[in-house]
Amino acid sequence: MASVTAPPDGRKPETKQVTKQETQLISKAVRARPLFDPEILRRATKESFVKLNPRLVAKNPVMFVVEVGAAVTTVFVIKDMITGVGGLLFGVQIALWLWFTVLFANFAEAMAEARGKAQADNLRKTKTDTLAKKIVSGGKTDLVPASKLRKGDIVYCEPGDLIPGDGEVIEGIASVDESVITGESAPVIRESGGDRSAVTGGTKVLSDWIKIQITSNPGETFLDRMIALVEGAVRQKTPNEIALNVLIAGLTLIFLLAVATLPPYARYAIQAVGSGTAPTIAVLVSLLVCLIPTTIGGLLSAIGIAGMDRVMQHNVLAMSGKAVEAAGDVNTLLLDKTGTITLGNRQAVEFITVDGATDGELADAAQLSSLADETPEGRSIVVLAKQKYGLRGREVREHEAHFIPFSAYTRMSGVDMDGRHLRKGATEAIADFVKQQGGTAPEKLIELSKQISRNGGTPLAVADGARILGLVHLKDIVKGGMKERLASLRAMGIRSVMITGDNPLTAAAIADEAGVDDFLAQATPKDKLEYIRKEQAGGRLVAMTGDGTNDAPALAQADVGVAMNTGTMAAKEAGNMVDLDSNPTKLIEVVAIGKQLLITRGALTTFSIANDVAKYFAIIPAMFAAMYPELGKLNIMGLHSPQSAVLAAVIFNALIIIALVPLALRGVKYKPVGAAALLSRNLLIYGLGGIIVPFPSIWLIDKLIVALGLA
Amino acid sequence: MTALGIAQIVIFFLIVLAITKPVGVFMTRVFEGQRTFLHAILRPLERLIYRLGGIREDEEQSWTRYAASVISISVFSLLATYALQRLQGWLPFNPQHFSTPQAPQNATPMTPDLAFQTAVSFMTNTNWQSYVPETTMSYFVQMAALAVQNFISAAVGIAVAVALIRGFARHSAKAIGNLWVDVTRCTVYIFLPISVLAALFFVWQGSIQNFKPYETVQTLEGSTQVIAQGPLASQLAIKMLGTNGGGFTNANSSHPYENPTPLSNLIQMVLIFCLGAGLTYMFGKMVGDTRQGWALFAAMGVMFLAGAFICYWAEQAGNPTIASLGVERSYTGTQPGGNMEGKEVRFGNPMTALFATVTTDASCGAVIGMHDSFTPIGGLIPLFNIQTDEVIFGGVGAGLYSMLIYAVIAVFIGGLMVGRTPEYVGKKIEQKEVKMAIIAVLATAFCILVFTGISSVIPFAKDSYWNGPGPATANTNNAGPHGFAEILYAYTSGAGNNGSAFAGINANTPWYALTMGIDMLIARFFFIIPALAIAGSLAAKKLVPVTSGTLPTNNSLFVILLIGTVVIVGALTYFPALSLGPIVEHFQMLNGKVF
Repeated sequence: MASVTAPPDGRKPETKQVTKQETQLISKAVRARPLFDPEILRRATKESFVKLNPRLVAKNPVMFVVEVGAAVTTVFVIKDMITGVGGLLFGVQIALWLWFTVLFANFAEAMAEARGKAQADNLRKTKTDTLAKKIVSGGKTDLVPASKLRKGDIVYCEPGDLIPGDGEVIEGIASVDESVITGESAPVIRESGGDRSAVTGGTKVLSDWIKIQITSNPGETFLDRMIALVEGAVRQKTPNEIALNVLIAGLTLIFLLAVATLPPYARYAIQAVGSGTAPTIAVLVSLLVCLIPTTIGGLLSAIGIAGMDRVMQHNVLAMSGKAVEAAGDVNTLLLDKTGTITLGNRQAVEFITVDGATDGELADAAQLSSLADETPEGRSIVVLAKQKYGLRGREVREHEAHFIPFSAYTRMSGVDMDGRHLRKGATEAIADFVKQQGGTAPEKLIELSKQISRNGGTPLAVADGARILGLVHLKDIVKGGMKERLASLRAMGIRSVMITGDNPLTAAAIADEAGVDDFLAQATPKDKLEYIRKEQAGGRLVAMTGDGTNDAPALAQADVGVAMNTGTMAAKEAGNMVDLDSNPTKLIEVVAIGKQLLITRGALTTFSIANDVAKYFAIIPAMFAAMYPELGKLNIMGLHSPQSAVLAAVIFNALIIIALVPLALRGVKYKPVGAAALLSRNLLIYGLGGIIVPFPSIWLIDKLIVALGLA
Repeated sequence: MTALGIAQIVIFFLIVLAITKPVGVFMTRVFEGQRTFLHAILRPLERLIYRLGGIREDEEQSWTRYAASVISISVFSLLATYALQRLQGWLPFNPQHFSTPQAPQNATPMTPDLAFQTAVSFMTNTNWQSYVPETTMSYFVQMAALAVQNFISAAVGIAVAVALIRGFARHSAKAIGNLWVDVTRCTVYIFLPISVLAALFFVWQGSIQNFKPYETVQTLEGSTQVIAQGPLASQLAIKMLGTNGGGFTNANSSHPYENPTPLSNLIQMVLIFCLGAGLTYMFGKMVGDTRQGWALFAAMGVMFLAGAFICYWAEQAGNPTIASLGVERSYTGTQPGGNMEGKEVRFGNPMTALFATVTTDASCGAVIGMHDSFTPIGGLIPLFNIQTDEVIFGGVGAGLYSMLIYAVIAVFIGGLMVGRTPEYVGKKIEQKEVKMAIIAVLATAFCILVFTGISSVIPFAKDSYWNGPGPATANTNNAGPHGFAEILYAYTSGAGNNGSAFAGINANTPWYALTMGIDMLIARFFFIIPALAIAGSLAAKKLVPVTSGTLPTNNSLFVILLIGTVVIVGALTYFPALSLGPIVEHFQMLNGKVF
């Protein structure tokens, strides 16, 4: 690390492993699957029947009503069969379609679950019970099954060993293959102390050795939790899902009242008219099932599971559905500057000469002093010199070259070769250096340095002995497209806040360039925590990413805390999501997925309720045709007969569930625009569309069943 | 429809629009305890009430205590009203000697079931009347029991609305105000001054205000007629202002004493709407964005105009069967045309249609014509207005809190569609709010649908105690779908705490008294308590800042969403019932069949 990139307050350098991994998004264990994988389809179909168990259906009030309706209808159909009443074809069909309605809803949920289960199976395969080398008293190792390890045990791992459980490295260093968890094939270094000490059970040691203190009991490891999460075993209904369930259960009750009171109304009508028959059970149940919000009732849990699944496909592990939901509500995003807003490293963008030095001289000296500098900053100087002045990297070994490495004490680095003392480093350090050499630092140098700082750059002075040649302008490079992404966040009503260890001047310049709404300069973990608390006190929800142990309090305080998988166990425990790719930019996608989840729920609820209008027009005239033929005027779809009308409505109601499964699993299309635009768009598509679509559909189904002779 | 008729509706609406802001500003000051121009005169009275009642003005209540206070004032009101009615024979100001051995021949006996039904009816701000006031109630009962309830039940309604507004306006707060203080301020600064002025105005227009015995006069035809007297104007004012609607006379506001002139008619309608409209502005003002209030006003306004014009259109179009008999149906310079059955000729079609819409938009229930005689579609409008919980300006307070409950539902669904946990005026709408909103909507639906269902089929022997006329359906005046509509309207009116009637039903039997009493109680308190629970829950929440990601609730899109929610929830709930009543009746009328 070159001196100049060290932040002024002497904090730990900001460069993270993340940047490397960003470029390596390759094979993933948890990978996006096609929507209709045959294996998953098979599994889901089987599950749909298993889920007919009333005790399971009872969790979903809407579908429970449908199942009870289907059962009641079936009983009456069987009774009619035995007593030999005519019109069986109609009753049987209604009963069948009612069962299909339940099955379709079960299928939607099973589909969503099966996708998770398939992923869980992949993970479980890696979780064979390994033997662990447990260190017992006297430093000897005993072979014990991994499942017998308790918190606090110490184990020893050599190359080829699977790490038996989650833990902290307390001694040694090793390269570890964590692809099981992350899908990332490149090994990572795990060592004792610092932020890279956490290891995960199920990962594999590739080289060297480590001693690990186990931090979790069997069944509670990260892998266990991950399996449980993707499988949906620990899935709890989220607050918003519960609220929506209350709403649709309430609507179901209202419609139950509306339908249950029809027989007495009909009896009055029969008495008044003196003819006609009361609506049959099959017709009453049909009306009820058509009215209650079966579409959203059937798809609600699938939407929730699929939302978690989508987060997972982005290689983010959400610890709860609540966290995904909260992501949609986020008002403020705290983004680390380095690696999120800017590329991980500063790059040389300009050479500025002073004291009559030529550009070539400066570039040459800068390049030579950087040849041995393996930091990205150093390499970027070499590259810039080559691009601008055609200076090639030279084989300096030919010369008697002595490289001076960077030290925090001298705050400069360089090379002594051919009697020249080339140095580059912090402006003050270089100024001191030339004074020692007998030279002077020109006034202009300080002035230019300040100017570069003001513009968000880092000045790097270059000296050749007693002579100062000029400055290299190192600059934070804002990631491509970042400005647009932040602007779209703003359109969604989300403020972005840049967190940086830079001084306020530099921070302001970068903040301006990237287009963030606010920044927190010279930020300490405490500052972060305070900022989050302040935002939350104002009623805002805050999301952030973090990896270090010192980020843990802030991660825990934030409403959405995404811990980097490369981070410490403390960070991972504190956050409510873990990004397996350790890519902090992904926070933005997570927010979009949270929003999409809520929009899908709202859209399908609206659609479901809006559908009822058409169903009324199909069923009500059919229901009372015998006593009030005048109500035939309400049959605006011109449906063939009362029976075909009821049947068509029930079939539409069942088929629409299956038709919307892909939408539920994929989520409705989400564009980052303002709320007003989103609402009018969705209201138009799912509200107005929901009113209109059933009319032609029911008409068509009616024509089909008449053509098939089914009614 | 005639240009004059349309102009009447439009002018009325413009008057309401014009007074909304001043009324709202004044009410806001009153309920926030700020000084108004009336304080110089009325503040001593307010303080006197606090001193007498042991009320601590600065003490605020949690929602549970607020609700408990609502219940205790209501229970006390119920008991007092019941007792005063039952004891009227021993009480003063009873020149007709009701409930005494000297009572006139045609007097209605004050039975326990009638007293119960009436007490519930006035305590719940319904003012359904199963009796003829002139032959049943002494002046003392009219004044001390019924008129007092007109004040209290209305003030409670406004207090609940104010508490709910506070729930939205406050944040991280435990309390939502003090019911006793709110009721007192509402009565002292709002109801009393306006009622006094309005009563004087009505007297000027020709209403009566006296304690004289009834007058017997010789008519031009030579027969005799008894003309009821009494302290009418004072009760008339609060009957309108408090959206109570219980008439001093049986003919209600179509009686010349109770509505002497077209001008008094206009003022009565304005009185019905003025506080409901003002509350929308107050809502906006208290939550810090008056556009939020105007959005509610706009939703109400659009639904009002739609209802008024459909009703007017149906009434002016009249019945084609009558036209085929050679009766002039269209408006000419000398006669009104349309359906004039059951209407006062002084008011005609447009005014009666407008009044019917206004009285059912609000939970008033005063009438100037017989809704029973309206065309099926004309009668459908009042029915549907009540079934959708009277959210169009509404009963004082009740209209606003009902509309806010619909707004909670609309925002919940709409808010999801913008990808956030729904929020309304800065407050998150979560499980508790949704649950309470659903309970409220469900309570009304339950009352209307279930009681109508039972009464459509329940058998009683003729001359039985519970229902003398026989089966519950025998109490209707008309057969067929119209008879069904009469039953449906009765329970709808009770559940909506409206009190207007499809007058063709005799509800003065123990069966109807009991079921309608329960109907009114459930619908009132299962609406008020959830509303207060929402207030308490919202008040405790933090305020969420508005961003471009927030669902805007102060623009036309939200108005559409809100109207859609009200109409669709209402239509889906009541369509089957309505299709067996007014809808099929309408088609039958077109086929020449009438009842």
